[in-house]
Amino acid sequence: MTWSALYAQLGGVNKHSTSLGKIWLSVLFIFRITILVLAAESVWGDEQSDFTCNTQQPGCKNLIFVSTPALLVAMHVAYRNRGDKRTMLRSNGGEKTTDLELEGLKRRRLPITGSLWWTYTCSLFFRLIFEGGFMYALYYLYGGFRMPRLVKCEQWPCPNKVDCFISRPTEKTVFTIFMVSSSTICMVLNVAELAYLVAKALLRCSNRAARRKMPYVHHDGGAARDLALMENKKNDLMMSPCMDSGNKTA
Amino acid sequence: MPSWGALLAQLSGVNRYSTSLGKVWLSVLFIFRVMVLIVAAESVWGDEQTDFTCNTLQVSPSPTPGCENVCYDHFFPVSHIRLWCLQLVFVSTPTLLVAMHVAYRNHGDKKRLLQASERAGLFGTRGSEAEEAELENLKRRRLQLTGALWWTYACSLVVRLLFEAGFMYVLYALYRGFQMPRLVQCVEWPCPNVVDCFVSRPTEKTVFTVFMASASSVCMLLNVAELAYLVVKAVTRKS
Repeated sequence: MTWSALYAQLGGVNKHSTSLGKIWLSVLFIFRITILVLAAESVWGDEQSDFTCNTQQPGCKNLIFVSTPALLVAMHVAYRNRGDKRTMLRSNGGEKTTDLELEGLKRRRLPITGSLWWTYTCSLFFRLIFEGGFMYALYYLYGGFRMPRLVKCEQWPCPNKVDCFISRPTEKTVFTIFMVSSSTICMVLNVAELAYLVAKALLRCSNRAARRKMPYVHHDGGAARDLALMENKKNDLMMSPCMDSGNKTA
Repeated sequence: MPSWGALLAQLSGVNRYSTSLGKVWLSVLFIFRVMVLIVAAESVWGDEQTDFTCNTLQVSPSPTPGCENVCYDHFFPVSHIRLWCLQLVFVSTPTLLVAMHVAYRNHGDKKRLLQASERAGLFGTRGSEAEEAELENLKRRRLQLTGALWWTYACSLVVRLLFEAGFMYVLYALYRGFQMPRLVQCVEWPCPNVVDCFVSRPTEKTVFTVFMASASSVCMLLNVAELAYLVVKAVTRKS
């Protein structure tokens, strides 16, 4: 898993996100991916080698062992960020049809309207579903967010009941709770961003409806009015018979 | 370690908008804490569980597997290394708040600049080269720490101090000081009665713990000094 490649991809999408989206991305990278790479991988690194069972029976230990939550988190991040990649491609594709320069295209921050709005909203929705889904899967698989010190196992080939001891359970509990809290914060940010986008779209629709009733009122503010006035002045100058066209005929 | 590099890149970007004390703090953070953590501390703590040995045969003739796991977990709930990693990540985070604020301000200034050039461009008075130069100046200039940015910066310093102090306290409370004992006596089940357990490399760990605690204190002092400097500057500006 090349985290730097993932970071590069998402950095591109970041430009076209809302402010909440940018905060979400920062929380994701700093508190979840960085902590995962730096700390959690070393805490879970020896989980099978130091998983000790009170038995001499071979094979017993391996059967009890199940896959790591760390992998779940990694998969989770990869799935969710596919939505972001789609948003980025969509926004770049949409702009090719207009007559903006490529340099201006790179510098400008695209307004989230039209089909881009739908893609962005869908990606937020998928993010929420995946976040919730993985949190539930983790809770269900491990019967809560606590890592027990001892597990009692009755599976074949273990003889009767066997006591098995998990490596570093307290440290794992601390990190699990930390990752779950960061996940919750991310979900809250996603919900807030979704609410913001919906509110903005509703506002835009109501403005458009109001404008249709009064077609001659500019609601953009002074800048648009100034531009319109200057355009008119320029047109007047061009139409004026006193202006030197520059084509001197002998 | 790709993540430390990304964090460093982010923080270096912010460096431009810091005060001189802020730059010193960043250097101390990276040289004496992050580098030491990556290069040295991780190899010292690498074998902390594998070489944590409990003398169960001394107490009972039959081996008791699981005793070491349980004793290690009891005496080391969260490893020093992980606490330091968390501390460094949390302490670096407020700086990113400042970076976001600066980016927000720059975005506003850029928008105003583009609007102004659009208006002037209708008369053909400004070329695209002048606009390019203005944008470059905007990127390169060092923002004045005034107004809302001053508050963001001051808040980030206070939050940093709280995190530093918090983590130092947690480390001190969890391990009852900064010294690593050679021997711990364990009475947890399934260990039979009281068992002697030996910690791997205790002296080396003590040296590193004291070193990291000192570096942390130096960082805290720098933060306090920077906060005082900001407050004095704001007061003298108003008067």
